[in-house]
Amino acid sequence: MTVDAPPPPLTDAPLMRDWIDISPAGGVTFLSGRVELGQGNSTALLMMVADELGVSSDAVTLETARTDRTPNEGFTAGSMSISFGGQALRCAASALLVQMLDAAGERLGCPPQELRVEDGEILRHGVSTGLELLDFVAAADLSCRVADLARPKAGGERWKTFRDMPRIDLKERLVGAPFVHDMAAPDMLHGAPVHPPSLHSALVSLDLDALMARPGVVEVVRDGSFVGVVADSPLASARAAEWAAKNGTWEATRIEAIDPVEVIAGSTADAETVVETGDVNRNIGRWYETTVTRPYIFHGSIGPAAAVAVWEGDEATVWTHSQGVFQLRKAMAMALRTAEEKLRVIHSPGAGCYGHNGADDVAFDALLMARAVPGRQVKVVWSRHDEFRAAPMGAAMATRVRALLGPDNVLTAVDVMVNSAPHTSRPGAGGTPNLRAAAYLENPIRPARSPDVPAARGGGADRNAAPTYKVDAVRVQRRLVHDLPYRSSALRSLGAHNNVIAIESLMDDIANDIGLPPLDFRLQHMTDQRSRDVLERIAVETREAREVSLPEGAGWGLGFARYKGTGGYCAVMVRIEVDGDVRVTDAFAVADVGEAVSPDGVKNQVEGGMLQSISWTLKEAVQVDGSSTTSKSWADYPILKFSEVPRVSVELVERPGAFPLGAGEISQGPTGAAVCNAVRAALGIRVRNLPITRGAIIAAANA
Amino acid sequence: MPEFREVSCRVNGENRSFVVDPMMPLLHVLRETLGLMATRFGCGEGTCGSCTVMVDGQAVMSCDLPAGEVAGKRVETAEGLDGDPPHPLVAAFLDHQAGQCGYCLPGILMAARALLEGESTPPSRARIAEALDGNLCRCGVHARILDAVEDAARHMIRR
Ligand code: FES
Ligand code: FES
Repeated sequence: MTVDAPPPPLTDAPLMRDWIDISPAGGVTFLSGRVELGQGNSTALLMMVADELGVSSDAVTLETARTDRTPNEGFTAGSMSISFGGQALRCAASALLVQMLDAAGERLGCPPQELRVEDGEILRHGVSTGLELLDFVAAADLSCRVADLARPKAGGERWKTFRDMPRIDLKERLVGAPFVHDMAAPDMLHGAPVHPPSLHSALVSLDLDALMARPGVVEVVRDGSFVGVVADSPLASARAAEWAAKNGTWEATRIEAIDPVEVIAGSTADAETVVETGDVNRNIGRWYETTVTRPYIFHGSIGPAAAVAVWEGDEATVWTHSQGVFQLRKAMAMALRTAEEKLRVIHSPGAGCYGHNGADDVAFDALLMARAVPGRQVKVVWSRHDEFRAAPMGAAMATRVRALLGPDNVLTAVDVMVNSAPHTSRPGAGGTPNLRAAAYLENPIRPARSPDVPAARGGGADRNAAPTYKVDAVRVQRRLVHDLPYRSSALRSLGAHNNVIAIESLMDDIANDIGLPPLDFRLQHMTDQRSRDVLERIAVETREAREVSLPEGAGWGLGFARYKGTGGYCAVMVRIEVDGDVRVTDAFAVADVGEAVSPDGVKNQVEGGMLQSISWTLKEAVQVDGSSTTSKSWADYPILKFSEVPRVSVELVERPGAFPLGAGEISQGPTGAAVCNAVRAALGIRVRNLPITRGAIIAAANA
Repeated sequence: MPEFREVSCRVNGENRSFVVDPMMPLLHVLRETLGLMATRFGCGEGTCGSCTVMVDGQAVMSCDLPAGEVAGKRVETAEGLDGDPPHPLVAAFLDHQAGQCGYCLPGILMAARALLEGESTPPSRARIAEALDGNLCRCGVHARILDAVEDAARHMIRR
């Protein structure tokens, strides 16, 4: 075994043919179970393969996520694509390279150790041999085990020829039509679901004949409380579905008005201790405490969830922008009580994906509707209202942090209690489909109670609830609140957003109380060099901007965390101005994500995370009434606009050869924290209930 | 039943005629009748900007505009920016890698183009931001987009 610890995906898919396909004409295709979610994954994966082989990136192709062809790598989530999926592909490429260079060595009569590849050409002792690497594909034996052959390039050997390849798919996204929304077929039909207003309502009456007679309607599907309209154009299906929503009646089983954040914060459900490094029941020193809450948050992708499905006999194909095609297949088969093998699920791009959104639900909607029109593709694109009413949301939370400041201003204990709705209800998890429509079919399968994400996978509610600082005794408890009538699941960074805000708010409060600069107080509680590096660097990056004197109502704030305690490091500083509303004028970040396969791609992710987090922290709250969400359109759910966007700067601490740690989610928590701390610095008011709107500031001032 | 009628206009420089319900939103005509799928559906209610096109030089949200109203007018969509060489805006967006999922981008390109074609000097960053305020981007690419539009402005507007 040449690879000491093969990346986990190689355990389930050990053979070269699991990862590589060679066409009769000699074309090499790498197969990845990871999907492109708009974050540049496929570009990065292709770069890793090309770099390992020493060929240009257009010499090979990449096929991603389809149940009939690629390995099953689980969900593309949690910033693990490059760490695991990319390393596995690199190993597969390495194994192929070894076989091809063996063959080349034989031809040249030299040991393969004398050969290397540059720009597709085989060099011997650095001198051209006139041979092209890919002319040796015939020598590949894909039945070999990757781990038996792979000797992936070490840090210093990588990235000799190219860095920062631009996104392979960006041009098409600018002026073309790459999305599942854009698929077209000559006799394609268009479906629209008529989802009950909430998970707790049932259809009482709807005149299906009258619905069938609406303009353009081809078929109406009803199964239990699920209704779908299939029509000859997207507009006809949308209008018929609107008509049905207006003319049908549904009965809700839960209607009591509640404030979800209050219910969550006040929950006395059983708490589970997830971290305990010492006894936090001490009393030498002074206890500080804060509680930060956030409401439910929408994913709010600009393109609503969409899918295409077609049935041929008892088999179906579904095109989807799901994060996990194999998991979706299993969930749909479970809901339909059919065999998984009957379904083929193929990934096709969707609009920005920030976690478990409506992609899986709409795929199942399409499958249900397409069953009524066998042989014809049915495309379903949710309406904006569907998107806001039917998709899972980011969980509402309340995080209470207590910290004991001992003698010498050293923290000796931190005690965290996270109350939260669950952060996962992914398809198939817990033995139920967890697909929206499955919950109200004639034979319903309601979602199982979510156990949330286990600590081994970074935790859900408790993600980043343990501070990234050195403290003698830390206890983290999590209290999952299940009895709210809403559906929540994974949204970018899960609990880390609220938890990092809570911890960093308290760090700031304590530093202020004892008169220490917040940065120095944090550094005093850091032993880990990589954490110190990003924190010291953010001070340098912002020095010049911070020297400019601040007008009234302006302030700077800092936030820091190492994502999941094991992932990327990120420090953020923002400058804000408050004039009724809070406006972030400048945002700086320094990140260490290990080896950055594409440094510009990493910066783009960190930057996007910062702007999204600013939007969550300052503006976003889902409105609810009884068991339904009442935010129907963007007008009811404002997000950050162009004119509200700060100047942004992201710097990376480069670590060539270091294990890649993922970048997509590292900036959510630190940015939110920096904003909250800047508000305190600017106004002297600690706002503890997000979002920090004008009203929340007034409420906090009067509290 | 709606009355269908023939509508003729210029789309990306070509004469096009189609028979439609004149009240049908232009967005659907572009996507379904003309197969121009780069103009995207995001909300259908005029609140996100992903369907933005240019009509006689002005940025409009095509989900909100009855197709009958473009009769005799010039309609421009993002497909029209895909030349060789590409339009300066597309070149600048590629240069700055100003995009993640890209769902919002065609609409933003058209809003930016309408702004820049109407200016005689390169507009300020604040003015660009204001012109793009009707266009939402959830991936948080705003800062790069503003950089790219500023860059394109320098190429498109020469005093
Ligand atoms: S789709 Fe037209 S503004 Fe949203
Ligand atoms: S790039 Fe995804 S919405 Fe703008």
